[in-house]
Amino acid sequence: MSTTARDLVPPESRAPSGAQARGVKSGKVRRLSKRDKIVLSFMVGIPTLIQLVFVWLPTLMSIALSFMRWNGLALTDIRPAGLDNYQYISQDYPPFWPAMQHNLLWLAFLALVATPLGLLLAVLLDQQIRGSKIYQSIFFAPVMLSLALIGIIWQLFYQRDNGLLNFLLGTSGTPQAVDWFGDSSVNIWAALIAATWRHAGYVMLLYLAGLKGVDPSLKEAAAIDGANAVQTFFRVVFPAMRPINIVIVVITIIESLRAFDVVYVINRGTNGLELISALVIQNLVGEGQVIGVGSALAVVLLVISLVPIVFYLSRTFGKENKA
Amino acid sequence: MSTTATRAGFPTAERHRSGSRPKRHYGTHIFLTAMAVMWLIPLGWALFTALRPIASTNEHGYFSIAGEFNFDNFVQAWTQGGIAKYFWNSVIISVPAVLLVLFLSSMMAFAVSRVSWKFNVTLLIMFTAGNLLPPQVLAAPLFEMAKHFEVPYAFSDSGNMLNTYIVVIAVNTAFQMGFCTFVLSNYMKALSPDLTEAALVDGAGIWRQYREIIMPLCRPAFAALGTLEVIFIYNDYFWPLIFIQSGDRLPVTTAINNLQGEFLNDYNLLAAGAVITVIPTLIVYLLLQRQFVAGLTLGSSKG
Repeated sequence: MSTTARDLVPPESRAPSGAQARGVKSGKVRRLSKRDKIVLSFMVGIPTLIQLVFVWLPTLMSIALSFMRWNGLALTDIRPAGLDNYQYISQDYPPFWPAMQHNLLWLAFLALVATPLGLLLAVLLDQQIRGSKIYQSIFFAPVMLSLALIGIIWQLFYQRDNGLLNFLLGTSGTPQAVDWFGDSSVNIWAALIAATWRHAGYVMLLYLAGLKGVDPSLKEAAAIDGANAVQTFFRVVFPAMRPINIVIVVITIIESLRAFDVVYVINRGTNGLELISALVIQNLVGEGQVIGVGSALAVVLLVISLVPIVFYLSRTFGKENKA
Repeated sequence: MSTTATRAGFPTAERHRSGSRPKRHYGTHIFLTAMAVMWLIPLGWALFTALRPIASTNEHGYFSIAGEFNFDNFVQAWTQGGIAKYFWNSVIISVPAVLLVLFLSSMMAFAVSRVSWKFNVTLLIMFTAGNLLPPQVLAAPLFEMAKHFEVPYAFSDSGNMLNTYIVVIAVNTAFQMGFCTFVLSNYMKALSPDLTEAALVDGAGIWRQYREIIMPLCRPAFAALGTLEVIFIYNDYFWPLIFIQSGDRLPVTTAINNLQGEFLNDYNLLAAGAVITVIPTLIVYLLLQRQFVAGLTLGSSKG
């Protein structure tokens, strides 16, 4: 689901200075009593155990199962399969390559349309214009909604016979009416518009916070040097928001890999709306569970996701490790 | 905010700028208003459809304002669609999950941010990374783990952990913990070290430092994260979809999808169901918007 990536916090804004924190810590370590150590091991142990059992163990099991053949019934039926599952998805599984393309298209659309739109809204609303708060509330409202609900709300808008869009286009009730979510040649674009509705508001919110953090004297200096508003933005303000930019890049990539709810609500990710995440679930539920194939797809998703995750983590924790 | 600071700090530059070309923003307003209208159309259309009885849309068509407007669809969706029950299921899942997430992450964050030991950065990385994984990567093994974890029938009518709220709560907790730990540890690191120093001098143990000194100071962070997590977990569609098979146990976000089948072709009823589902988020939005926004941007604007 879409939850997470929205949760990133830029590295630069983290703890003020390592120096003072380190000072205390080293002081404290010496004074930990035996009882303190027991208390601490519970405080760390319980959350860590939960995290390991429900997040990391399943991740490793996904990798292991991707090399197995299993129908999901008795554990004794698990048979090694080597690379068969990978060979199957890449050569004999028709929806795989369309799904890869759709994930890529999803990323491109969010990166080239939704994210810049969010940035544009943030820049416009950051000026002192009347009603800025009202505009912000309107653009932000879809961020509060679940992606599943967004799928339903847009379904009402996109329907062939009674949807508002066909009415506005004047095609309602005529043979030219388009079933925007049903027609496999257009439905991915219709779904992308619905996803943009939410993503742009979220990006706007993060950039509004970022713009407030930019030192105003930078803008003033640029203005005195004779830079116009556009130059000031691209040469001074935008580079100054580097920490937020990194978060936004990571969020955009991760959201495009996690895209699931919208397409699953529309038609379970079939008929033009194939996405890797939806294929994973199709192989898990429904007729004939093919755990091995589903896991191989999950591993493909995992490997791609590791790129932005490692990039983000090395940005965030890199300095800390060196210190 | 930044502009105010500018005015105070650089009066000359500001005067120069406003003197040479007064800012009116007409173009900006036209653009923003057009965008805002487009933004509101999908929600507005759902609300409009929901307020019209199916009889008047059948008679006058969907694109007309003729006929009655009333709340019948909402009443019918609430009773016939069983939305009251779904809401209750959402409460059963969200409340314990949010409390657990905040409790466990606050302990973890305290341990990695206020105490120095060998693996604290490693563990923090592990927690943060876990939260960034696509949930679909874990779905198959988690489903099989729940299916093969056998419990007495008295405890669960499926004989295993499938179809129970506990597994949904546990997985949501584990998945959200990474983010909360990350945010809270940043928040705690920013608190002055003197606070716990003084307590140490008084001989306060780790638990008292956590409970009586750090926890009360983290209230603003808890308010923001709590609001955010309520919305995240209420909006979660995926985990109940995987774990819960009997329709009457689904939380509202996942159940609303079934209404599409149930209210076949009665788009007015479906719209009413969708609008009802929005209401709790809307209430949170109106009452706690500041907390929610603070949660999302926590850290990015220095707290």
